[in-house]
Amino acid sequence: MGDPMKIKATLQDGVTEVKILMRHPMETGLRKDESGALVPAWFITEVSAIHGDRVVLRAQFGTSVSRNPYLAFRFKGGQPGDRVTVSWVDSKGDRRSDEAAIG
Amino acid sequence: MADVRGAPSTAAQPGAPGKKALPATLTTRARPIALAWACAAVILLWSGLDLAVAAGGAAAPDAIDAAIARYHEMLDEGNPAELDEQRGEQLWKTAAGPAHATLERCDLGRGPGVVKGAYAELPRLFADTGRVQDLESRLITCLTTLQGIPESEVVAKPFSTDSARSDIEALVAYVAGQSRGVTMQVPLHDAKEKEAYALGERLFFYRAGPYDFSCASCHSSSGSRIRLQDLPNLATTAGAQRAYTSWPAYRVSQGLFRSFQWRLNDCFRQQRFPEPVYASDATIALTMFIAANANGARYNGPGIKR
Amino acid sequence: MVGGVLAPTALYAADPALDARFKQLLQHDFRARGGAGMDRLEQDSVQKICTDTRDRPQPAQREDLQKEQQALIRWPADGQFLGDWRAGEKVAQDGRGMTWADLPGAAGGGGCYGCHQISPQEIAFGTIGPSLLQLGRKRGNSLQMQRYVYGHIYNAKAYNVCSYMPRFGLSHALSEQQIKDLVALLLDPDSPVNR
Repeated sequence: MGDPMKIKATLQDGVTEVKILMRHPMETGLRKDESGALVPAWFITEVSAIHGDRVVLRAQFGTSVSRNPYLAFRFKGGQPGDRVTVSWVDSKGDRRSDEAAIG
Repeated sequence: MADVRGAPSTAAQPGAPGKKALPATLTTRARPIALAWACAAVILLWSGLDLAVAAGGAAAPDAIDAAIARYHEMLDEGNPAELDEQRGEQLWKTAAGPAHATLERCDLGRGPGVVKGAYAELPRLFADTGRVQDLESRLITCLTTLQGIPESEVVAKPFSTDSARSDIEALVAYVAGQSRGVTMQVPLHDAKEKEAYALGERLFFYRAGPYDFSCASCHSSSGSRIRLQDLPNLATTAGAQRAYTSWPAYRVSQGLFRSFQWRLNDCFRQQRFPEPVYASDATIALTMFIAANANGARYNGPGIKR
Repeated sequence: MVGGVLAPTALYAADPALDARFKQLLQHDFRARGGAGMDRLEQDSVQKICTDTRDRPQPAQREDLQKEQQALIRWPADGQFLGDWRAGEKVAQDGRGMTWADLPGAAGGGGCYGCHQISPQEIAFGTIGPSLLQLGRKRGNSLQMQRYVYGHIYNAKAYNVCSYMPRFGLSHALSEQQIKDLVALLLDPDSPVNR
């Protein structure tokens, strides 16, 4: 289970904006540590967001996304108090799921 | 006026200031045109930058400054420091150490357990220790006296690395965040507080080491930079205010949250000095000098930097 | 406080108690690490006078110190000052060396781009020192000019006693060859600096 995400969802004019801050090392596998050894690849591969029974976002992440990724997106609809659930899976098979209420 | 029709579409990335994503169809509709103007402005700015540098001499500092400022704007959303603040708050409220206690009775200067506004009044004199202390030395006091953790353990690895995160840095993030928007008012009432300021000032101007550097070598003139990093003039109110209120901060290039003690440590390293002792009186005095110079400004941290 | 610039508190001569406390602070609150020993905190004549006068020495002090520093310059035995500008560009780009994180005795660079604009292609340059673009073209590359540039890099204090520029030759941060390569970078007509 990865580190908790910080999620903010706000509704304006019928559009919900979701802002997510994820904590993840996002190692590309190309970086060397202090001793000169290659740091093994370890990065989020998939991110998805669900509102009610609808998948509102599905994203494929890879090595070009930087450490502690920040992602913002919008979808039509949503009511104050509705839950938005964001989940990710990484290259080691680790997962994380967090939710926030639309404000 | 640049014609941006057919300009290549590139997605906005941190570290590559200026390039915005363009919609596929881009001519007569209002929104795409507004975007096109924005892009034109940005492309002009960027090419202005190249032209200015090619011309050499007093290379348009404004163009470079503006590009750096845009990069900072793009970084400001979604500051990973917030994750460290979250972790710090958890550490503050979780019982730990041989005494199995939380830090909720820790006195940061505004009374036991009062975290809001405390960072904006540090460093200050503490009656219980009889010393002027900054946030990090005060956290050491609380971790040792309230939670019973041996000091050697607390100060063993104060700065995070990729593999090992520092608890003190997370606590710093939490406490600093609780002073967001508060006006800096570091006290200079007691003789010890004034002495700390005077000692900090001396250290600031002390030239030494194989490079003859003092803090002042880089930080006592306005408008200069090292490589592309602007150097605040810490000997002026304005410079100190801008600089001090943006630390501690998340450092994008390191992917880590950094405290003010870390900033001082890394400065002394680059000055080619021997290493300052973590949270020692010398570092507290230097912090006092800079923080007090920043008095009157609103604290904006924790910040985010390159 | 006047106009946002803070007036300096009473200077060093006036307060022996503060003096003593400050010395204590230096001894107690710093420690040697890697190649950075505690001896680095001992000030020589230049560092002391520039610190005490906030980089504004009296004219007589300035004269004396600059003479003293000039005598410390070790000129190349072969009387040659121009090295290879391509190697010089590498030395100018490399900011490593002499910190507690660097291997003692390992070769480092001059970190020149930290403070100076040099080659037109490099836009990541600092502005603490003057731009050196077109230096050879503007000031020529006579033997006298080469000697001046060499001396300046070796010991900038011989020419401007409280300069912020490190004394790269005197401190052994740079070797004779590295300094020659930098002279070439700045004065060689083929160097991008002068083209």
